[in-house]
Amino acid sequence: MTTLPQYNFAYLDEQTKRMIRRAILKAIAIPGYQVPFSSREMPMPYGWGTGGVQVTASIIGPDDVLKVIDQGADDTTNAVSIRAFFAKVAQVETTTHTSDATIIQTRHRIPEKALSKGQVLVYQVPIPEPLRFLEPRETETRKMHALEEYGLMHVKLYEDIARHGRIATTYAYPVKVEGRYVMDPSPTPKFDNPKMHMSEALQLFGAGREHRIYAVPPHTEVVSLDFEDHPFAIQHFEQPCALCGAEQVYLDEVILDDRGGHMYVCSDTDHCEERRAAGHVGDLGVKEAAE
Amino acid sequence: MYVAVKGGEAAIANAHALLADRRRGDRTVPALRLDQIVEQLGLAVDRTMGEGSLYDKELAALALLQARGDLIEAIFLVRAYRTTLPRFGYSSPVDTGAMLIERRISATFKDLPGGQMLGPTFDYTHRLLDPGIVTGDVAAPLLREADAEPAPRVTDLLGRQGLMEPDGETDPEREVGDLTREPLDFPLDRDLRLQALARGDEGFLLALGYSTQRGYGRSHPFVGEIRIGEVEVEFDVPELGFAVSLGRIRVTECQMVNQFKGSAKVPPQFTRGYGLVFGQAERKAMAMSLVDRALRAREFGEDIVAPAQDEEFVISHSDNVQATGFVEHLKLPHYVDFQAELDLIRRMRAEHEASEMKEAAE
Repeated sequence: MTTLPQYNFAYLDEQTKRMIRRAILKAIAIPGYQVPFSSREMPMPYGWGTGGVQVTASIIGPDDVLKVIDQGADDTTNAVSIRAFFAKVAQVETTTHTSDATIIQTRHRIPEKALSKGQVLVYQVPIPEPLRFLEPRETETRKMHALEEYGLMHVKLYEDIARHGRIATTYAYPVKVEGRYVMDPSPTPKFDNPKMHMSEALQLFGAGREHRIYAVPPHTEVVSLDFEDHPFAIQHFEQPCALCGAEQVYLDEVILDDRGGHMYVCSDTDHCEERRAAGHVGDLGVKEAAE
Repeated sequence: MYVAVKGGEAAIANAHALLADRRRGDRTVPALRLDQIVEQLGLAVDRTMGEGSLYDKELAALALLQARGDLIEAIFLVRAYRTTLPRFGYSSPVDTGAMLIERRISATFKDLPGGQMLGPTFDYTHRLLDPGIVTGDVAAPLLREADAEPAPRVTDLLGRQGLMEPDGETDPEREVGDLTREPLDFPLDRDLRLQALARGDEGFLLALGYSTQRGYGRSHPFVGEIRIGEVEVEFDVPELGFAVSLGRIRVTECQMVNQFKGSAKVPPQFTRGYGLVFGQAERKAMAMSLVDRALRAREFGEDIVAPAQDEEFVISHSDNVQATGFVEHLKLPHYVDFQAELDLIRRMRAEHEASEMKEAAE
């Protein structure tokens, strides 16, 4: 039988990590610019976070504390799987607490709690090109970025308004970074866009299948595209979280029965748990046992 | 409370235990050994090696067993292993002209130097289910001494008369492209394109090749030659100053010969479509050579009118490991984004209703 070698710390070999780190450095130097990198096959499928996993694998060290969320939650199956992967191949400490983590890998959400200096937020990105659905060809979209030719995107947003009376993009809402590159924030709801602006944390974006890495360094301007008469606005929920009573947070709708009964709960499970532990109770919540 | 996709750790472990059980199946049935898979499911092993782009029969057999016979899953397993292997360098180009041939056919010449050899083919079998093979008793095939006569490639024979475009010269100093090491940058050079096609999904390339035959980017192809056999892989060792043999691998090569009317610069001549795949993979090699020729449209100044001629479209979607990953990721939870869409639809419906009520009132 062929003998299998041991895997390196954090799975990737050091040469590959160096190559990815170079791409990350370039991405940080040109905020919002998509840097091509030689993406590797990972032991999880493309489209399931291979870009984010490669970025995390390249920057993680033995002293890092890792948090992984999917849809804002730590206990979603794919988040569990990725966390278990790094616990196995890098033996790093993992956490569900946003403030304890040095690296947070995410799919589709930015934690509610503001991130701080020294933290890195790693996004899993399916389609890094914000212009892709307007122009399928990479050769064309590259030119459009180079020439800062973003008229097509504004026309799309304008057509939305003409047709629906509003901009009908609710997630993956395009942003302009540091006044230059239009960037896809990954399919986070537009609710999270303002959190990217002037963040203290480093934000890295990895798209494995599409071979792209991009970045928003700390204290960088991130502006959601809009028009003067149709300014950008985030989603607003009519009611607070049913478990912890939080307002101004993103909520998941949970269907309770087949008669239209539903409740809204925090999408960010860590945020919700922390609030409940601190004694906040929503309409359907249970008061935490006094300690 | 909604817990279907949450509360993962125990659920994942249990699911994988069940998978292992289903993989093994009825315990009263003997477990498959890897050598049985290598010997008796050889073409599945070959496809796994080809699209996994790693020539190792035993690992491919292990991947097939682990994947319960799901070829794309097996290819994925092989790829994820291959990517962790250190890269020492690139072999010298293999010389398929010096192949130890087991099968060699040409559709363009009735007879040619080296002759035609059918080899182990399904061609001309009647596709009748044969319960006889279950018993496993098979007579040994008749063997004869190999011909001393060399079997030059048909394209080389045509090339000598100037009827076939030359194979093209590359700068010997130029390093060969490798899409597993460098990100793709369209438009691609042909070496990278051929690498992508060699790793590409057989079904996808088959359908694209087929489409060129049905008029979507017609290229008037003839099978100049298909040859299957073993070639020597040599590796240049800088310390030694010469190439050493690493061993033999089995490959399938297909060269399509296509019409070309010529242009202002080039006289009318035949052009090539090329396919080269690990193992015995004739369908894949033929499809690959059709698509390769179709993708050369730009080079020959032909109109790009069909999907098979569109390099970005073909190469961006030919990798089945990428394709299956992204298609299947749709089963991951998307409820945060869906919530955003729900909210939008509800608001738009409320506005729509309000305006209809207003209209009715007026």
